[in-house]
Order: sequence, then C-alpha cells, then structure tokens
Amino acid sequence: MNGGPAADGGPAGAWHRLHPLSPVVRSGRGVLAVAVAVAITRSATSGSGWLEVAFLAAAVAAAVIGWLVTRWRLDGVTLRIESGLLRRDSRQLPIARIQAVDVVRPFLARALGLAELRVRLAGSSDADGRLAYLTEQAALELRAYLLATHHGLDPATPEPPEHIAVTVPAGRLIGSVALSTAGPAAVMVVAAGAVLAFVSAAALAALAISLVWLVIVSLSLVWRRVSTQYGFTVAQSPDGIRIRRGLLGTVAETIPVQRVQAVRMIEPLLWRPLRWCRLEVDVAGSPGRDSADGTARMRKTLLPVGRRDETRFLLMMAAGAAVPGLTRPPRRARWKAPLSYHFLAAGHDGGLAVSVVGRVRKVTTMVPLEKAQSVRFVQGPLQRRLALATVHLDAAGHVRAEFRERPQAQARQLVDELAALSREARRHAPPEG
Amino acid sequence: MRCAEVVACAVVLAAAAGTGMGLAAGPAAAVIAVGAVAAGAAAALWFARNRFRSWAYQERDEDLIVERGVLIRRLSVVPYGRMQFVDVTAGPVDRVFRLATVRLHTAAAASDARIPGLERDEAARLRDRLAALGEAKAAGL
Repeated sequence: MNGGPAADGGPAGAWHRLHPLSPVVRSGRGVLAVAVAVAITRSATSGSGWLEVAFLAAAVAAAVIGWLVTRWRLDGVTLRIESGLLRRDSRQLPIARIQAVDVVRPFLARALGLAELRVRLAGSSDADGRLAYLTEQAALELRAYLLATHHGLDPATPEPPEHIAVTVPAGRLIGSVALSTAGPAAVMVVAAGAVLAFVSAAALAALAISLVWLVIVSLSLVWRRVSTQYGFTVAQSPDGIRIRRGLLGTVAETIPVQRVQAVRMIEPLLWRPLRWCRLEVDVAGSPGRDSADGTARMRKTLLPVGRRDETRFLLMMAAGAAVPGLTRPPRRARWKAPLSYHFLAAGHDGGLAVSVVGRVRKVTTMVPLEKAQSVRFVQGPLQRRLALATVHLDAAGHVRAEFRERPQAQARQLVDELAALSREARRHAPPEG
Repeated sequence: MRCAEVVACAVVLAAAAGTGMGLAAGPAAAVIAVGAVAAGAAAALWFARNRFRSWAYQERDEDLIVERGVLIRRLSVVPYGRMQFVDVTAGPVDRVFRLATVRLHTAAAASDARIPGLERDEAARLRDRLAALGEAKAAGL
C-alpha cells in the first residue's frame, strides 16, 4: 500500500493512505488525558462514567474517519493532499515552489515509529501541507524525493550532507533555563516561604498550597523548555539552516536564509557572567501560534544558549554578512539615557545594520539592509535640547534596529544614507525562492 | 478640522460648566468656570494648530517622506517598493470638510506614515499614485 514514492514513477502516481496507526497518534494525547481523568473520578466516586466513555469513543471515531478520508499522491510535479469528510479540502502543492520540508516526531509517533511531514511553500512560514503520519522511512524518502525534484535533480539523489555548526550540550541547556526567569522566580518563592515559616506557622499553612503550586508551575515550564530544545543542533546545508531539537518529540526544521528578516542576540543579565547568549531569527510569513512541537512560528530560536565565540559563525550564516564596526553615542547622551548609556552602540555598512540596546536584557539586533522596510527619525523634546535624535530601521514584524541618541546632523544624514543603501541592497538582492 | 472639533467641544463644555456652576454656587462661580474652560480650549486650539502646521510630506522618486510632530518630531521614509497597501479614511468630521487621511502600511508594524487633513481629491490622487508606484517597484518580502 505504501510502497514508497520512488515506486511511483511517471506522471500518474497512485493514491496513498496515511499510516493506519495515525488516528492512534492523533487522538492519543486527548484520549490518554480523558482516560486518566476517568480513572481518577472512577476511583473517587462509584458513578458510571458513560459520558466520558462516549466522549472517548467519539474522539477515536473522529480520528479514524479523518484517517479514512485523507489520501495523498505525487503527480510528477505536484503533491496532492485530499482530506475532510463534510468539506473536501484538496491541496495541490507545486514541488517547484517548495521552500522547506520539515519532519516532526511527537512522542507518541516516535514510540510507534511514525513521523509527520510538513511541507512549506515559498511565501509562507506556516505548514501548507501536512502528512500525519507516515512511517519514518517513508517520510524521509518522500522528503528526499521532494527536495531532489525541487532542485531539478534525479529523484533518487540522496540528501546533500550538512555541516554541523553548533550543538548545545544538555548541561548548558538545563543551566540556561534554570538561570532564566523560571529559576530565580522559584528560588524567590521558596525563600519567601521560608521567611514566612520563620515569622508565623499559621501564615505558612495558609500559603503553602499556592507556594507549592507556583513551584510546580515553574518546574513544568523548565521541563517544557528542556524537552523541546534538548539536543539542539544547528547545521548548515545548501537549503538553509537546519535545526534539530527535541527530547521526547523531535523536530527537524529548515530555515532558508533568504527568508530571514532580522537576527537578534539576547544576553540576559544572569547569563552575562557566563558569557552566554541566545539567538533568535525573525522569519517572514504569517504569524503562527507557538506549539511545543511546532515549526510554524514567525520568531524562531536559532540557538537557545551558546557561548559568545560560538555564535559569531552562526550570526554570519544567518545575517549573511560579517558584523560591521559599532559606534557609541556622544557623551551628552548620558543626560537622556543614564542607565543604558554604557551599552548603547550601533553601526552599519552596505549590507547590514546593527544596534545594541538594553541594560538588563542586552539585545543586539541585526537587520540586513535588503530586508529593511522603512526608516524613521524620532526626536523628543529632551533630545532636541541636547541636539540628539534616534533613527529606527524597521524590519518586518515588530523588530527594528535603533540608532539611539545620535548627534542631530548625523542622524538626518543617517536617514538618507540608510534609505539609499537599502534601496541599493534591494536592487542587488537575489529573488525570493 | 481639528480646530472645529476643539471649538465645538469647548462651547459645549463651557455651556455645561456655566449652567452647572450657576445653579450650584451663584453667578460668580459660573463666570470662573466658563473662563477656565475657555482658557483650556484656547490652549488646545493653539496646540492643534501647531501640530497641524508641522505636518509635511514629500513624494520623491523612490520613497515617500512624512514629517510631523511638535513636541516629538518624527520623520518616516517609506520606500514605494515596500508598501503593502494604502488606506484612505475619512471620519464624519472629515467628511463635512471634504478631507481624508492617507495611511501607508509596510510589513513592519512600526511604520506609521500617515497624512491627515488632505483634500479629498488630493488624497485620491496620492493613493492612486502610491499604489501604482508600489506595484511598479515592488520587491518581494
């Protein structure tokens, strides 16, 4: 039935079904949760759980029906996916417009040896076509076939090798999560509890439950972060930047470099003594909701934690150019921004604009000039007294590079310069693939 | 347009304050209340006029420059190739005076190029011209 895509041959491939165990994975998590709830209530009261059982049966039946009506096939140059019972949804994905093919393996699917394939077309960062679930072997074969056909090679060509750039050791990941907001918050809560216990036992008893609940919540946040980013590996490949991550459920996604709108390096206060930083990229496309195993997000983590020297190579890979030299604002800017003056810096060259802002959370924003959307000059009343101004270079979404507290004349000149340079960069930019 | 709004609000407020204070505390208080409201209205009027005067726009070859603001001076440069769409809106007061507001949107959430108080025909001309230029120079996202 699922003889593998290479067996299709010719323009009229046969229709395939997804793997028969797919409904189990699809409804698995929900069914498990409801079953646990039923077991708990059953043990507490002796009432009959007909409602829960009926609900379970309905969920399983819906998943099975969904599996029955879904089918896909390769038409030579398009991938067709049909699904839906009441409202038929027939998608045709032209292989020539494929941007990336991601492989997602939630925990239950991994246990059963299945994987989900998500096909992203050029022009969106959301999954345009999903095949959930195929056997791992079939999913990888199909992915290799789609990518080879997309590049115009013989469909049997294996995937080109990738060069692994950075991996994140587990210890560093756990340490970084513990040192981010969850860790210190939990420590403060426990310290507050200890102080209260010292003061009066009655208050402690009253607050004990909420304290315990807070600790549980922070532990679950830590667990979630660690399990979604465990074994984070960043590799460079001709398709773009390939990221593999995950502990229980794994995700393998590709970020094409030409879709990157901005790159940010974030150094929180607690990480600075260890010289750790986090890299995020903003990718063009419709904003999607964040999910634990999902790949459809506008802001993607390029590296959850890494040493400063490791990140230089990654930054060049993502931003497409070396970081230009940075300049600081003049001394009189201290009157306007006394706290963050020490950290402010910005600079640009023909290809890239870089700015550093923030004191507690130091953020370095890099915007390739060919992705710049608009340039803005802002001057408040205090800045006018000091003959300073701020220039913003906007990228898609909510990201911008801020040249803060520059001398007024230089700022006006900077606006013209950035506008001209980004126009030149747009003209020379390669077309969107 | 803004002036008319401010004057209308001021007159209504003055009348209300005057009658209220007159009923409550006698004619002297009513005069004071009306005076205070009039002073506030005059300040708002002066401020609105200054703000209106400070708005300027310039259509260049490759981009549009919009400059505005009294306390906080702002200048936006929006390249035609990056424009996603152009909005022309007119509220009820604008419609009475045959005015409209033109808004430019790019993919960046912070792009705030906005030209209010344009004559209706000028707004339509600007919108058509911007749409044509945007299409001609469109660069992919």
